[in-house]
Amino acid sequence: MNEEELGTDLKKRIKEVLSGSLHIRHVDTGSCNGCDFEMSTLSNPIYDISRFGVSFVPSPRQADMLMVTGGVTSNLEKALRITYEATPKPKMVLAIGACACGGGVFGETYANAGGIDPFVPVYVYVPGCPPRPQALIQGILLALDQYEEVLKRGE
Amino acid sequence: MDSKRRMIKKIVQQLGNRLIDAKEQANETVLHIDKKDLPEICQYLYQEQGARLFTMVGNDERQINTMFALYYVFVVDEIRHFMTIKIFVEENDPTFPSLAAHMPAFNWYEREVNDLLGLRAIGHPNRIPLIFHGDQMEAVYPLRKDYIETGMLHFENEALHFVEYTGADVTEIPVGPIHAGIIEPGHFRFGAVGDTVLHLDARLFYTHRGIEKELEGKTLEQAMFLIERICCVCNVSHAVAFAQAVETAANVTIPRRAAYIRTLYMELERLYNHVGDVGNICAGYGFAVGNSQGARMRELLLRLNEELTGHRYLRGVIALGGVRQDIRKDEIDRITNHLNELDTDFQDLADILLNHEIAVDRMETTGRLSLKQVTELEAVGVAARASGRDIDCRRDLPYAAYDQLNFAVIVQEEGDVLARIKVRILEVFNSILLIRQILQDLPEGDIVTDIPKIQPYKTSLGWTESARGENCHWLMVDQDNKIYRYRIRSAAYSNWPVVAVAVPGNIVPDFPLINKSFELCYSCCDR
Ligand code: SF4
Repeated sequence: MNEEELGTDLKKRIKEVLSGSLHIRHVDTGSCNGCDFEMSTLSNPIYDISRFGVSFVPSPRQADMLMVTGGVTSNLEKALRITYEATPKPKMVLAIGACACGGGVFGETYANAGGIDPFVPVYVYVPGCPPRPQALIQGILLALDQYEEVLKRGE
Repeated sequence: MDSKRRMIKKIVQQLGNRLIDAKEQANETVLHIDKKDLPEICQYLYQEQGARLFTMVGNDERQINTMFALYYVFVVDEIRHFMTIKIFVEENDPTFPSLAAHMPAFNWYEREVNDLLGLRAIGHPNRIPLIFHGDQMEAVYPLRKDYIETGMLHFENEALHFVEYTGADVTEIPVGPIHAGIIEPGHFRFGAVGDTVLHLDARLFYTHRGIEKELEGKTLEQAMFLIERICCVCNVSHAVAFAQAVETAANVTIPRRAAYIRTLYMELERLYNHVGDVGNICAGYGFAVGNSQGARMRELLLRLNEELTGHRYLRGVIALGGVRQDIRKDEIDRITNHLNELDTDFQDLADILLNHEIAVDRMETTGRLSLKQVTELEAVGVAARASGRDIDCRRDLPYAAYDQLNFAVIVQEEGDVLARIKVRILEVFNSILLIRQILQDLPEGDIVTDIPKIQPYKTSLGWTESARGENCHWLMVDQDNKIYRYRIRSAAYSNWPVVAVAVPGNIVPDFPLINKSFELCYSCCDR
């Protein structure tokens, strides 16, 4: 699917699940910046993801969702934990890219944990190195499905 | 005897009987001296012979010759030659004389060697840890060969080493490591009086992943995957630097067509970076038109990359011995058409930007760096050229097909944000011209050649001029042709220290603008 079709879906689902707006906070836990750059391309005039109800917010306290890039370095472990704690529920966490999903080419080193799931519960793993912008939107859609289930179960 | 030989001979003579051993290899002379002679000899090279610091590498060679070794690689641009000073450091006296007090560019290198190898620079003005931010770093030296891998190191508490302000009027403003926008992590601490910055502390290395250690023991083919992931937006330039280090060590010349195609990919990388960065700088003062246009043109370039190679950031195109991906005739036309459009569109953007009074006013005199500052701190790339330092290793130490192509090196004198944006704007047009030449002159032939086994423990260098400046890679392989030690010195590593110097005296709200005008990668620097 191209970004327009995905965007139409996204808008619809954000309306259904979150009454119209999705606030996302980015957390870089030691990426090579590739995943970060693909996230920021979502705001360029070609994707312009804000028209579908998504905004990237400066603070985790305003966020429904964390998109985490990188495999968690020694120096960022604490930052990830604090950011997660500061995020209000539903705390949807997306592991963006091979590094966040499972360490990528680096794996576990003296300075890199090799993935985010030992530290925070993950909703969706979005593979890729980096995942294309369309894949990021797809990942957000999957997270919304899961969150809808959570709501239904009344958690 | 040519001037190069004469100069090398002169330097060797100057060293006299302090020289323990001298070795010539490729375009490098390695001079082994005693560590006590280090300050004097480095000062001589640095100050009298106009050599500039290329990189400094610490290596655990205890398995080879019972000692640690430090390599100080200088380049003499004038004769296109590297002069490397090598010293040994004994295990029972793991110290060496610091050069940082007189030559501030050594500051980080010496601290890094301390953090990762446990070699102490005696006389260093500021020996606080660089790489690790935690408080538990008792004798844990990951780059020592006898370091036992036990998974990731966890830190309970953060060690705080920041300048403390005592004046009642000084406000401390901490920012990061997680920033408000979608950018990489770093921590900045301003001491401000009113809204003027008095002092800036920058703590980096948050994204230190231990790549150099992880490379050890990898085959050269495996290593390529890691090297391409040091940094995404500089990945072609890192990959080429690595490939060149391997090819130099193996004494291989790559096919001409491969050299041209490498150059093409490197310029495509520069292009999307510079175009995007020019737009990004506009975001630093809320100039939405510039920001959006830059982002739009950048996205179109990424899509072109994907069409050509299957990867938006051109990963996977460089092979050891050449390139993996050829260029077809119809692709040449595709690139040409794209560049024609970009040329006009980008010219429009440049005209709007440079003729907009308020935009120019925000950039002019902001974040100024003098030629003296960039030279002393050994800044490279756009940051150096915008302050009048006329270096560009595409011209000075040509590699790939650059010696076959015509291009001007863009230099500005003012050293402010405006100068840095101008350098980028002009380099965009330069890259377009370069790509046109490449496509026109593209030779026929193979695109890759075989790499024979490399002589064990021989060292070699590879370098490229990325969008941010000169990257330098240093390679040593073991008996099994696997990596023994690899040191990556990126442009960002050389340039971050000048950012902290450019900010004081400016107002706090100008920090994002100044920072963006350097547009440095954290991941390149931190590794
Ligand atoms: S997954 Fe790939 S692009 Fe993303 S941070 Fe890791 S190495 Fe970089």
